[in-house]
Amino acid sequence: MTTGPTVLSLRGATKRFGGLVAVNDMDFDVTEHEVLGLIGPNGSGKSTTLNLISGALKPTEGTISLRGTPISHLSAADISRRGIARTFQLVRLLPSMTVLENVRAGAVFGHRRRWGAEADAHAMRMLALVGLDRRANAHVGELTYIDTKRVELARVLASEPKVLLLDEWLAGLNPTELEEGITLIKRLRDEGRTIILVEHVMDAIRSLCDRCVVMSTGLKIAEGTPEQVLSDPEVIRAYLGDDDA
Amino acid sequence: MSMTKSDWQSITLSAVLLAVAACLPLTGDAYMLSIGITIAMYAVLATSWALFSGPTHYISLATAAFFGLGTYTTAIGIENGLNYWVTLPIAAILGAVLAALVGLATLRLSGVYFVIFTLGLAELVRQVVTWGQNVSGQKGLYVLTDITEVHIYWQLLVLAAIVYLTGWAIGRSRLGFALRIIGDDEEVARHSGINTSRAKILLFMVSGATAAVVGSMLAPRYIYIEPALAFTPMLSFLVVIMALLGGTGRLWGPLVGVIPFTLLWEAISASFPNQTTLLLGLSFLVIVYLLPRGFVGLIESGKRKMREREAFA
Repeated sequence: MTTGPTVLSLRGATKRFGGLVAVNDMDFDVTEHEVLGLIGPNGSGKSTTLNLISGALKPTEGTISLRGTPISHLSAADISRRGIARTFQLVRLLPSMTVLENVRAGAVFGHRRRWGAEADAHAMRMLALVGLDRRANAHVGELTYIDTKRVELARVLASEPKVLLLDEWLAGLNPTELEEGITLIKRLRDEGRTIILVEHVMDAIRSLCDRCVVMSTGLKIAEGTPEQVLSDPEVIRAYLGDDDA
Repeated sequence: MSMTKSDWQSITLSAVLLAVAACLPLTGDAYMLSIGITIAMYAVLATSWALFSGPTHYISLATAAFFGLGTYTTAIGIENGLNYWVTLPIAAILGAVLAALVGLATLRLSGVYFVIFTLGLAELVRQVVTWGQNVSGQKGLYVLTDITEVHIYWQLLVLAAIVYLTGWAIGRSRLGFALRIIGDDEEVARHSGINTSRAKILLFMVSGATAAVVGSMLAPRYIYIEPALAFTPMLSFLVVIMALLGGTGRLWGPLVGVIPFTLLWEAISASFPNQTTLLLGLSFLVIVYLLPRGFVGLIESGKRKMREREAFA
Protein backbone atom coordinates (compact mmCIF):
# COMPACT_ATOMS: atom_id res chain seq x y z
CA MET A 1 0.00 0.00 0.00
CA THR A 2 1.33 3.41 -0.89
CA THR A 3 0.85 6.21 1.57
CA GLY A 4 0.25 9.41 -0.31
CA PRO A 5 -0.63 12.76 1.24
CA THR A 6 -3.67 12.87 3.53
CA VAL A 7 -6.74 14.12 1.71
CA LEU A 8 -9.43 13.83 4.32
CA SER A 9 -9.15 13.49 8.07
CA LEU A 10 -11.64 13.13 10.89
CA ARG A 11 -10.62 14.11 14.39
CA GLY A 12 -12.97 13.37 17.25
CA ALA A 13 -15.99 13.62 14.95
CA THR A 14 -19.09 13.09 17.07
CA LYS A 15 -22.79 13.26 16.28
CA ARG A 16 -25.44 13.17 18.99
CA PHE A 17 -29.16 12.99 18.39
CA GLY A 18 -30.50 13.93 21.81
CA GLY A 19 -29.21 11.18 24.09
CA LEU A 20 -28.18 8.88 21.26
CA VAL A 21 -24.54 9.06 20.20
CA ALA A 22 -24.66 7.92 16.59
CA VAL A 23 -21.00 8.65 15.88
CA ASN A 24 -18.62 8.71 18.81
CA ASP A 25 -15.19 10.33 18.61
CA MET A 26 -14.24 9.10 15.14
CA ASP A 27 -10.63 9.50 14.05
CA PHE A 28 -9.34 8.36 10.69
CA ASP A 29 -7.45 9.62 7.67
CA VAL A 30 -7.87 8.95 3.99
CA THR A 31 -4.79 9.33 1.81
CA GLU A 32 -4.72 10.17 -1.86
CA HIS A 33 -5.63 7.35 -4.33
CA GLU A 34 -6.84 5.22 -1.44
CA VAL A 35 -10.06 3.23 -1.28
CA LEU A 36 -11.25 3.18 2.31
CA GLY A 37 -14.04 0.84 3.33
CA LEU A 38 -16.31 1.99 6.15
CA ILE A 39 -17.92 -1.17 7.48
CA GLY A 40 -19.85 -2.41 10.48
CA PRO A 41 -23.19 -3.91 11.46
CA ASN A 42 -26.47 -2.13 10.74
CA GLY A 43 -27.00 0.97 12.85
CA SER A 44 -23.32 1.30 13.73
CA GLY A 45 -23.10 4.87 12.41
CA LYS A 46 -21.50 4.38 8.98
CA SER A 47 -24.06 6.37 7.05
CA THR A 48 -24.12 9.07 9.72
CA THR A 49 -20.33 9.36 9.39
CA LEU A 50 -20.74 9.74 5.64
CA ASN A 51 -23.44 12.36 6.23
CA LEU A 52 -21.05 14.29 8.47
CA ILE A 53 -18.37 14.26 5.78
CA SER A 54 -20.75 15.33 2.98
CA GLY A 55 -22.31 18.07 5.10
CA ALA A 56 -25.79 16.54 5.18
CA LEU A 57 -25.36 16.68 8.96
CA LYS A 58 -23.14 18.88 11.11
CA PRO A 59 -20.93 17.18 13.69
CA THR A 60 -21.81 17.96 17.31
CA GLU A 61 -18.09 17.92 18.12
CA GLY A 62 -14.80 17.35 16.36
CA THR A 63 -13.43 18.46 13.02
CA ILE A 64 -13.33 17.12 9.51
CA SER A 65 -10.65 18.55 7.23
CA LEU A 66 -10.07 18.37 3.52
CA ARG A 67 -6.34 18.70 2.74
CA GLY A 68 -5.81 20.33 6.11
CA THR A 69 -8.65 22.88 5.80
CA PRO A 70 -11.57 22.36 8.19
CA ILE A 71 -14.84 21.82 6.32
CA SER A 72 -17.16 20.61 9.07
CA HIS A 73 -18.76 24.05 9.52
CA LEU A 74 -19.60 24.40 5.81
CA SER A 75 -22.90 23.69 4.05
CA ALA A 76 -23.35 20.59 1.90
CA ALA A 77 -23.22 22.82 -1.20
CA ASP A 78 -19.88 24.35 -0.19
CA ILE A 79 -18.41 20.96 0.71
CA SER A 80 -19.48 19.62 -2.66
CA ARG A 81 -17.80 22.57 -4.38
CA ARG A 82 -14.58 21.92 -2.46
CA GLY A 83 -14.51 18.48 -3.99
CA ILE A 84 -16.41 15.93 -1.91
CA ALA A 85 -19.23 14.27 -3.82
CA ARG A 86 -21.55 11.48 -2.76
CA THR A 87 -24.12 8.96 -3.86
CA PHE A 88 -27.13 8.22 -1.67
CA GLN A 89 -28.07 5.00 0.06
CA LEU A 90 -31.42 5.12 -1.72
CA VAL A 91 -30.65 6.31 -5.25
CA ARG A 92 -31.67 9.93 -5.81
CA LEU A 93 -32.15 11.00 -9.41
CA LEU A 94 -33.83 14.08 -10.85
CA PRO A 95 -37.13 12.56 -12.01
CA SER A 96 -38.21 15.23 -14.52
CA MET A 97 -34.95 15.08 -16.47
CA THR A 98 -33.19 12.88 -18.97
CA VAL A 99 -30.14 10.78 -18.15
CA LEU A 100 -27.85 13.37 -19.73
CA GLU A 101 -29.43 16.27 -17.82
CA ASN A 102 -29.01 14.37 -14.56
CA VAL A 103 -25.30 13.97 -15.20
CA ARG A 104 -25.01 17.56 -16.42
CA ALA A 105 -26.18 18.68 -12.96
CA GLY A 106 -22.89 17.34 -11.58
CA ALA A 107 -20.84 18.87 -14.38
CA VAL A 108 -22.43 22.33 -14.04
CA PHE A 109 -22.48 22.86 -10.28
CA GLY A 110 -19.81 20.60 -8.80
CA HIS A 111 -16.17 20.98 -7.88
CA ARG A 112 -15.09 21.78 -11.43
CA ARG A 113 -17.80 23.91 -13.01
CA ARG A 114 -18.61 23.75 -16.70
CA TRP A 115 -21.38 25.15 -18.87
CA GLY A 116 -22.94 24.74 -22.29
CA ALA A 117 -21.45 22.38 -24.84
CA GLU A 118 -18.46 21.73 -22.61
CA ALA A 119 -20.72 20.51 -19.79
CA ASP A 120 -22.65 18.28 -22.20
CA ALA A 121 -19.48 16.77 -23.65
CA HIS A 122 -18.13 16.13 -20.18
CA ALA A 123 -21.42 14.57 -19.05
CA MET A 124 -21.32 12.29 -22.11
CA ARG A 125 -17.78 11.18 -21.21
CA MET A 126 -18.95 10.31 -17.70
CA LEU A 127 -21.90 8.37 -19.13
CA ALA A 128 -19.48 6.46 -21.36
CA LEU A 129 -17.35 5.71 -18.30
CA VAL A 130 -20.27 4.05 -16.50
CA GLY A 131 -21.46 2.40 -19.74
CA LEU A 132 -24.64 4.38 -20.25
CA ASP A 133 -23.77 6.69 -23.13
CA ARG A 134 -26.32 5.04 -25.40
CA ARG A 135 -29.17 5.88 -23.02
CA ALA A 136 -28.23 9.57 -22.74
CA ASN A 137 -31.61 10.80 -23.94
CA ALA A 138 -33.70 8.26 -22.07
CA HIS A 139 -35.96 9.47 -19.30
CA VAL A 140 -34.74 8.30 -15.89
CA GLY A 141 -38.10 6.59 -15.25
CA GLU A 142 -37.32 4.06 -17.99
CA LEU A 143 -34.11 2.77 -16.42
CA THR A 144 -33.41 -0.51 -14.63
CA TYR A 145 -32.25 -0.38 -11.02
CA ILE A 146 -28.53 -0.74 -11.72
CA ASP A 147 -28.77 1.84 -14.49
CA THR A 148 -30.25 4.38 -12.05
CA LYS A 149 -27.22 3.70 -9.85
CA ARG A 150 -24.94 4.24 -12.83
CA VAL A 151 -26.60 7.60 -13.57
CA GLU A 152 -26.11 8.71 -10.00
CA LEU A 153 -22.47 7.64 -10.09
CA ALA A 154 -21.93 9.46 -13.39
CA ARG A 155 -23.52 12.62 -11.92
CA VAL A 156 -21.15 12.47 -8.98
CA LEU A 157 -18.11 11.77 -11.16
CA ALA A 158 -19.02 14.66 -13.46
CA SER A 159 -18.14 17.12 -10.71
CA GLU A 160 -14.57 15.76 -10.69
CA PRO A 161 -14.48 15.28 -6.94
CA LYS A 162 -11.27 14.88 -4.93
CA VAL A 163 -13.05 12.45 -2.64
CA LEU A 164 -15.89 10.18 -3.70
CA LEU A 165 -18.34 8.89 -1.09
CA LEU A 166 -20.30 5.80 -2.07
CA ASP A 167 -23.09 4.89 0.34
CA GLU A 168 -23.90 1.20 -0.21
CA TRP A 169 -23.60 1.65 -3.93
CA LEU A 170 -23.58 -2.13 -4.47
CA ALA A 171 -26.59 -2.87 -2.26
CA GLY A 172 -29.65 -4.41 -3.86
CA LEU A 173 -27.94 -5.63 -7.03
CA ASN A 174 -28.44 -9.15 -8.34
CA PRO A 175 -25.33 -11.37 -8.76
CA THR A 176 -24.69 -10.41 -12.39
CA GLU A 177 -25.20 -6.72 -11.69
CA LEU A 178 -22.99 -6.99 -8.61
CA GLU A 179 -20.16 -8.30 -10.76
CA GLU A 180 -20.61 -5.40 -13.19
CA GLY A 181 -20.77 -2.99 -10.26
CA ILE A 182 -17.56 -4.25 -8.69
CA THR A 183 -15.78 -4.07 -12.07
CA LEU A 184 -16.94 -0.47 -12.46
CA ILE A 185 -15.70 0.62 -9.04
CA LYS A 186 -12.45 -1.26 -9.62
CA ARG A 187 -11.97 0.85 -12.74
CA LEU A 188 -12.48 4.04 -10.69
CA ARG A 189 -9.94 2.71 -8.20
CA ASP A 190 -7.45 1.99 -10.97
CA GLU A 191 -7.87 5.57 -12.20
CA GLY A 192 -6.42 6.60 -8.84
CA ARG A 193 -9.52 8.14 -7.32
CA THR A 194 -9.86 8.62 -3.59
CA ILE A 195 -12.95 6.77 -2.43
CA ILE A 196 -14.73 6.09 0.84
CA LEU A 197 -17.26 3.34 0.51
CA VAL A 198 -19.84 2.22 3.03
CA GLU A 199 -20.49 -1.36 2.12
CA HIS A 200 -21.97 -4.64 3.34
CA VAL A 201 -20.93 -6.86 0.44
CA MET A 202 -17.85 -8.72 1.76
CA ASP A 203 -16.55 -9.74 -1.68
CA ALA A 204 -16.56 -6.10 -2.68
CA ILE A 205 -14.78 -5.04 0.48
CA ARG A 206 -12.06 -7.67 0.00
CA SER A 207 -11.45 -6.88 -3.65
CA LEU A 208 -11.83 -3.11 -3.57
CA CYS A 209 -10.59 -1.68 -0.28
CA ASP A 210 -7.00 -0.83 0.58
CA ARG A 211 -7.98 -0.27 4.16
CA CYS A 212 -11.07 -0.59 6.32
CA VAL A 213 -12.44 1.26 9.30
CA VAL A 214 -14.87 -0.87 11.30
CA MET A 215 -17.61 0.79 13.34
CA SER A 216 -19.87 -0.61 16.00
CA THR A 217 -22.42 1.41 18.00
CA GLY A 218 -20.86 4.65 16.84
CA LEU A 219 -17.30 3.75 17.79
CA LYS A 220 -14.31 2.79 15.68
CA ILE A 221 -13.42 -0.73 16.80
CA ALA A 222 -10.78 -1.65 14.24
CA GLU A 223 -8.74 -0.25 11.39
CA GLY A 224 -6.43 -1.99 8.90
CA THR A 225 -6.36 -4.02 5.71
CA PRO A 226 -9.53 -6.01 4.94
CA GLU A 227 -7.78 -9.28 5.95
CA GLN A 228 -6.65 -7.81 9.26
CA VAL A 229 -9.98 -6.33 10.30
CA LEU A 230 -12.13 -9.21 9.10
CA SER A 231 -10.15 -11.64 11.24
CA ASP A 232 -10.13 -9.34 14.28
CA PRO A 233 -12.05 -11.08 17.12
CA GLU A 234 -13.72 -7.85 18.18
CA VAL A 235 -15.02 -7.25 14.66
CA ILE A 236 -16.36 -10.81 14.47
CA ARG A 237 -18.04 -10.28 17.84
CA ALA A 238 -19.62 -7.04 16.65
CA TYR A 239 -21.04 -8.72 13.56
CA LEU A 240 -22.02 -12.10 14.97
CA GLY A 241 -22.36 -11.70 18.73
CA ASP A 242 -20.35 -13.17 21.61
CA ASP A 243 -21.06 -16.87 21.10
CA ASP A 244 -19.40 -17.10 17.70
CA ALA A 245 -16.23 -15.24 18.60
CA MET B 1 -25.12 29.30 -25.67
CA SER B 2 -26.02 30.46 -29.13
CA MET B 3 -29.53 31.09 -30.39
CA THR B 4 -31.14 28.33 -32.40
CA LYS B 5 -33.58 28.75 -35.25
CA SER B 6 -36.53 27.88 -33.02
CA ASP B 7 -35.41 30.53 -30.50
CA TRP B 8 -35.61 33.15 -33.23
CA GLN B 9 -38.98 31.80 -34.31
CA SER B 10 -40.37 32.08 -30.76
CA ILE B 11 -39.00 35.60 -30.35
CA THR B 12 -40.45 36.72 -33.68
CA LEU B 13 -43.82 35.17 -32.89
CA SER B 14 -43.87 36.80 -29.43
CA ALA B 15 -42.97 40.19 -30.91
CA VAL B 16 -45.77 39.91 -33.47
CA LEU B 17 -48.32 38.90 -30.81
CA LEU B 18 -47.19 41.77 -28.61
CA ALA B 19 -47.53 44.22 -31.52
CA VAL B 20 -51.05 42.94 -32.21
CA ALA B 21 -51.95 43.28 -28.52
CA ALA B 22 -50.56 46.83 -28.53
CA CYS B 23 -53.12 47.75 -31.22
CA LEU B 24 -56.08 47.00 -28.93
CA PRO B 25 -56.64 50.65 -27.90
CA LEU B 26 -57.09 51.53 -31.59
CA THR B 27 -60.50 49.83 -31.48
CA GLY B 28 -61.61 52.74 -29.31
CA ASP B 29 -63.72 50.44 -27.18
CA ALA B 30 -63.33 51.43 -23.52
CA TYR B 31 -64.71 48.12 -22.20
CA MET B 32 -62.28 46.10 -24.35
CA LEU B 33 -59.43 48.27 -23.12
CA SER B 34 -60.45 47.75 -19.51
CA ILE B 35 -60.47 43.97 -19.97
CA GLY B 36 -57.17 44.27 -21.85
CA ILE B 37 -55.60 45.98 -18.82
CA THR B 38 -56.90 43.28 -16.48
CA ILE B 39 -55.56 40.53 -18.74
CA ALA B 40 -52.18 42.24 -19.14
CA MET B 41 -51.95 42.79 -15.38
CA TYR B 42 -52.72 39.15 -14.52
CA ALA B 43 -50.50 37.91 -17.35
CA VAL B 44 -47.51 39.73 -15.86
CA LEU B 45 -48.37 38.70 -12.29
CA ALA B 46 -49.04 35.04 -13.13
CA THR B 47 -45.98 34.70 -15.37
CA SER B 48 -43.63 36.22 -12.84
CA TRP B 49 -45.26 34.13 -10.10
CA ALA B 50 -44.62 31.00 -12.18
CA LEU B 51 -40.97 31.96 -12.75
CA PHE B 52 -40.42 31.19 -9.08
CA SER B 53 -43.19 28.76 -8.18
CA GLY B 54 -43.12 26.74 -11.42
CA PRO B 55 -39.73 25.09 -11.03
CA THR B 56 -39.51 25.16 -7.21
CA HIS B 57 -43.14 24.13 -6.45
CA TYR B 58 -43.24 26.70 -3.64
CA ILE B 59 -46.77 28.13 -3.77
CA SER B 60 -46.61 31.79 -2.78
CA LEU B 61 -49.74 33.65 -1.71
CA ALA B 62 -47.81 36.87 -1.15
CA THR B 63 -48.52 38.49 -4.53
CA ALA B 64 -50.94 40.95 -2.89
CA ALA B 65 -48.24 42.06 -0.44
CA PHE B 66 -45.87 43.02 -3.27
CA PHE B 67 -48.66 44.46 -5.42
CA GLY B 68 -49.95 46.61 -2.55
CA LEU B 69 -46.42 47.69 -1.69
CA GLY B 70 -46.00 48.97 -5.24
CA THR B 71 -49.39 50.71 -5.23
CA TYR B 72 -48.61 52.51 -1.99
CA THR B 73 -45.07 53.38 -3.08
CA THR B 74 -46.45 55.20 -6.12
CA ALA B 75 -49.30 56.83 -4.17
CA ILE B 76 -47.06 58.07 -1.36
CA GLY B 77 -44.33 59.04 -3.83
CA ILE B 78 -46.67 61.17 -5.93
CA GLU B 79 -48.19 62.73 -2.83
CA ASN B 80 -44.69 63.78 -1.82
CA GLY B 81 -43.94 65.35 -5.16
CA LEU B 82 -42.04 62.52 -6.84
CA ASN B 83 -42.41 61.97 -10.57
CA TYR B 84 -44.53 58.90 -11.38
CA TRP B 85 -41.71 57.36 -13.44
CA VAL B 86 -39.33 57.59 -10.48
CA THR B 87 -41.73 55.62 -8.29
CA LEU B 88 -41.60 52.55 -10.57
CA PRO B 89 -37.93 51.66 -9.94
CA ILE B 90 -38.36 52.51 -6.25
CA ALA B 91 -41.28 50.06 -6.10
CA ALA B 92 -39.16 47.42 -7.87
CA ILE B 93 -36.35 47.84 -5.35
CA LEU B 94 -38.72 47.77 -2.37
CA GLY B 95 -40.44 44.67 -3.78
CA ALA B 96 -37.09 42.94 -4.24
CA VAL B 97 -35.99 43.88 -0.71
CA LEU B 98 -39.24 42.63 0.82
CA ALA B 99 -38.91 39.40 -1.17
CA ALA B 100 -35.33 38.97 0.00
CA LEU B 101 -36.36 39.43 3.65
CA VAL B 102 -39.29 37.04 3.30
CA GLY B 103 -37.04 34.60 1.46
CA LEU B 104 -34.35 34.67 4.13
CA ALA B 105 -36.96 34.07 6.81
CA THR B 106 -39.14 31.47 5.12
CA LEU B 107 -37.56 29.60 2.25
CA ARG B 108 -36.29 27.05 4.72
CA LEU B 109 -39.94 26.23 5.24
CA SER B 110 -41.44 23.96 2.69
CA GLY B 111 -44.84 22.81 1.54
CA VAL B 112 -47.89 24.10 3.32
CA TYR B 113 -45.87 26.07 5.91
CA PHE B 114 -44.53 28.32 3.19
CA VAL B 115 -48.02 28.80 1.71
CA ILE B 116 -49.50 29.80 5.07
CA PHE B 117 -46.61 32.12 5.86
CA THR B 118 -46.92 34.01 2.59
CA LEU B 119 -50.69 34.37 3.05
CA GLY B 120 -50.08 35.64 6.57
CA LEU B 121 -47.43 38.04 5.33
CA ALA B 122 -49.81 39.73 2.89
CA GLU B 123 -52.34 40.10 5.69
CA LEU B 124 -49.68 41.43 8.08
CA VAL B 125 -48.53 44.10 5.62
CA ARG B 126 -52.15 45.13 5.07
CA GLN B 127 -52.76 45.44 8.81
CA VAL B 128 -49.57 47.46 9.28
CA VAL B 129 -50.58 49.89 6.53
CA THR B 130 -54.10 50.18 7.98
CA TRP B 131 -52.62 50.86 11.40
CA GLY B 132 -50.25 53.45 9.91
CA GLN B 133 -53.18 55.22 8.29
CA ASN B 134 -55.20 55.17 11.50
CA VAL B 135 -52.28 56.72 13.35
CA SER B 136 -51.80 59.40 10.71
CA GLY B 137 -55.55 59.95 10.50
CA GLN B 138 -55.84 59.23 6.77
CA LYS B 139 -58.35 56.76 5.35
CA GLY B 140 -56.83 56.28 1.93
CA LEU B 141 -54.69 58.04 -0.62
CA TYR B 142 -55.54 59.86 -3.84
CA VAL B 143 -53.39 59.07 -6.86
CA LEU B 144 -53.96 61.92 -9.25
CA THR B 145 -51.96 61.78 -12.47
CA ASP B 146 -52.53 62.48 -16.12
CA ILE B 147 -51.87 58.83 -16.96
CA THR B 148 -54.74 57.35 -18.96
CA GLU B 149 -55.96 53.77 -19.30
CA VAL B 150 -54.18 53.46 -22.65
CA HIS B 151 -50.86 54.43 -21.05
CA ILE B 152 -51.36 51.87 -18.29
CA TYR B 153 -52.12 49.20 -20.86
CA TRP B 154 -49.00 49.95 -22.90
CA GLN B 155 -46.82 50.09 -19.80
CA LEU B 156 -48.09 46.66 -18.77
CA LEU B 157 -47.31 45.28 -22.23
CA VAL B 158 -43.74 46.59 -22.00
CA LEU B 159 -43.42 45.03 -18.55
CA ALA B 160 -44.81 41.76 -19.94
CA ALA B 161 -42.14 41.80 -22.66
CA ILE B 162 -39.45 42.36 -20.03
CA VAL B 163 -40.81 39.52 -17.88
CA TYR B 164 -40.89 37.11 -20.83
CA LEU B 165 -37.34 38.01 -21.85
CA THR B 166 -36.15 37.64 -18.26
CA GLY B 167 -37.90 34.29 -17.91
CA TRP B 168 -36.44 33.11 -21.18
CA ALA B 169 -32.94 34.19 -20.17
CA ILE B 170 -33.27 32.55 -16.74
CA GLY B 171 -34.48 29.34 -18.37
CA ARG B 172 -31.23 29.12 -20.34
CA SER B 173 -28.99 30.11 -17.46
CA ARG B 174 -27.29 28.18 -14.68
CA LEU B 175 -29.83 29.71 -12.31
CA GLY B 176 -32.72 28.23 -14.31
CA PHE B 177 -31.06 24.81 -14.37
CA ALA B 178 -30.37 25.06 -10.63
CA LEU B 179 -34.05 25.80 -9.95
CA ARG B 180 -35.18 22.79 -11.97
CA ILE B 181 -32.82 20.61 -9.93
CA ILE B 182 -34.13 22.15 -6.69
CA GLY B 183 -37.70 21.46 -7.80
CA ASP B 184 -36.80 17.83 -8.52
CA ASP B 185 -34.80 17.09 -5.37
CA GLU B 186 -33.47 19.74 -3.04
CA GLU B 187 -31.15 17.29 -1.28
CA VAL B 188 -29.47 16.39 -4.57
CA ALA B 189 -29.27 20.08 -5.43
CA ARG B 190 -27.43 20.87 -2.21
CA HIS B 191 -25.08 17.94 -2.60
CA SER B 192 -24.36 18.90 -6.20
CA GLY B 193 -22.96 22.23 -5.03
CA ILE B 194 -25.99 24.46 -5.53
CA ASN B 195 -26.56 27.22 -3.00
CA THR B 196 -30.28 26.46 -2.88
CA SER B 197 -31.31 29.36 -0.62
CA ARG B 198 -29.58 31.91 -2.82
CA ALA B 199 -31.13 30.52 -6.02
CA LYS B 200 -34.63 30.53 -4.52
CA ILE B 201 -34.27 34.01 -3.01
CA LEU B 202 -32.98 35.48 -6.29
CA LEU B 203 -35.99 34.18 -8.19
CA PHE B 204 -38.40 35.22 -5.44
CA MET B 205 -36.90 38.73 -5.67
CA VAL B 206 -37.52 38.85 -9.43
CA SER B 207 -41.09 37.77 -8.83
CA GLY B 208 -41.64 40.20 -5.94
CA ALA B 209 -40.13 43.17 -7.79
CA THR B 210 -42.33 42.50 -10.81
CA ALA B 211 -45.51 42.32 -8.73
CA ALA B 212 -44.57 45.59 -7.01
CA VAL B 213 -44.09 47.34 -10.36
CA VAL B 214 -47.47 46.05 -11.55
CA GLY B 215 -48.97 47.56 -8.38
CA SER B 216 -47.28 50.89 -9.18
CA MET B 217 -48.57 50.89 -12.73
CA LEU B 218 -52.11 50.16 -11.59
CA ALA B 219 -52.15 52.88 -8.89
CA PRO B 220 -53.20 55.68 -11.28
CA ARG B 221 -56.10 53.51 -12.48
CA TYR B 222 -57.59 53.22 -8.98
CA ILE B 223 -57.34 57.01 -8.32
CA TYR B 224 -58.25 56.38 -4.68
CA ILE B 225 -56.47 53.55 -2.85
CA GLU B 226 -56.96 52.01 0.56
CA PRO B 227 -55.42 48.88 2.14
CA ALA B 228 -58.46 46.66 1.52
CA LEU B 229 -58.14 47.37 -2.21
CA ALA B 230 -54.38 47.36 -2.64
CA PHE B 231 -53.70 44.30 -0.49
CA THR B 232 -56.75 42.20 -1.31
CA PRO B 233 -55.97 38.49 -0.73
CA MET B 234 -58.27 37.72 -3.68
CA LEU B 235 -55.49 38.95 -5.96
CA SER B 236 -52.99 36.39 -4.63
CA PHE B 237 -55.50 33.57 -5.09
CA LEU B 238 -56.49 34.67 -8.59
CA VAL B 239 -52.84 34.77 -9.68
CA VAL B 240 -52.22 31.24 -8.38
CA ILE B 241 -55.39 29.87 -9.97
CA MET B 242 -54.70 31.45 -13.34
CA ALA B 243 -51.08 30.27 -13.39
CA LEU B 244 -52.10 26.72 -12.45
CA LEU B 245 -54.93 26.71 -14.99
CA GLY B 246 -52.48 27.61 -17.74
CA GLY B 247 -49.69 25.42 -16.43
CA THR B 248 -46.34 26.44 -14.99
CA GLY B 249 -44.19 24.06 -17.01
CA ARG B 250 -43.76 26.55 -19.87
CA LEU B 251 -43.09 30.27 -19.95
CA TRP B 252 -46.25 30.89 -22.00
CA GLY B 253 -48.35 28.60 -19.79
CA PRO B 254 -49.79 31.16 -17.34
CA LEU B 255 -50.94 33.41 -20.21
CA VAL B 256 -53.05 30.53 -21.56
CA GLY B 257 -54.79 30.42 -18.19
CA VAL B 258 -55.07 34.17 -17.69
CA ILE B 259 -57.08 34.99 -20.82
CA PRO B 260 -59.99 32.53 -20.38
CA PHE B 261 -60.08 32.93 -16.60
CA THR B 262 -60.18 36.75 -16.73
CA LEU B 263 -63.14 36.56 -19.12
CA LEU B 264 -64.84 33.94 -16.92
CA TRP B 265 -64.14 36.06 -13.85
CA GLU B 266 -65.64 39.14 -15.52
CA ALA B 267 -68.80 37.14 -16.23
CA ILE B 268 -68.94 35.76 -12.68
CA SER B 269 -68.41 39.18 -11.09
CA ALA B 270 -71.11 40.67 -13.26
CA SER B 271 -73.72 37.90 -12.80
CA PHE B 272 -73.05 36.70 -9.23
CA PRO B 273 -71.40 39.64 -7.42
CA ASN B 274 -72.23 38.14 -4.00
CA GLN B 275 -70.92 34.62 -4.65
CA THR B 276 -67.49 35.42 -6.11
CA THR B 277 -65.48 33.84 -3.28
CA LEU B 278 -67.56 30.66 -3.42
CA LEU B 279 -67.14 30.39 -7.19
CA LEU B 280 -63.43 31.13 -6.89
CA GLY B 281 -63.08 28.20 -4.50
CA LEU B 282 -65.07 25.94 -6.80
CA SER B 283 -62.97 26.83 -9.83
CA PHE B 284 -59.83 26.17 -7.79
CA LEU B 285 -61.06 22.66 -6.95
CA VAL B 286 -62.08 21.96 -10.53
CA ILE B 287 -58.68 23.04 -11.87
CA VAL B 288 -56.66 21.10 -9.32
CA TYR B 289 -58.70 17.89 -9.81
CA LEU B 290 -59.31 17.99 -13.55
CA LEU B 291 -56.26 19.82 -14.86
CA PRO B 292 -53.41 19.26 -12.39
CA ARG B 293 -50.82 20.28 -14.99
CA GLY B 294 -52.97 22.99 -16.55
CA PHE B 295 -53.61 23.58 -20.23
CA VAL B 296 -49.89 23.09 -20.91
CA GLY B 297 -50.12 19.53 -19.59
CA LEU B 298 -53.27 18.93 -21.65
CA ILE B 299 -51.64 20.22 -24.84
CA GLU B 300 -48.48 18.20 -24.29
CA SER B 301 -50.22 14.92 -23.57
CA GLY B 302 -52.40 15.59 -26.63
CA LYS B 303 -49.27 16.06 -28.73
CA ARG B 304 -47.79 12.84 -27.36
CA LYS B 305 -50.96 10.90 -28.21
CA MET B 306 -50.86 12.32 -31.75
CA ARG B 307 -47.27 11.18 -32.16
CA GLU B 308 -48.09 7.70 -30.84
CA ARG B 309 -51.03 7.44 -33.21
CA GLU B 310 -48.81 8.43 -36.11
CA ALA B 311 -46.25 5.85 -35.06
CA PHE B 312 -48.89 3.11 -35.23
CA ALA B 313 -50.46 4.25 -38.49
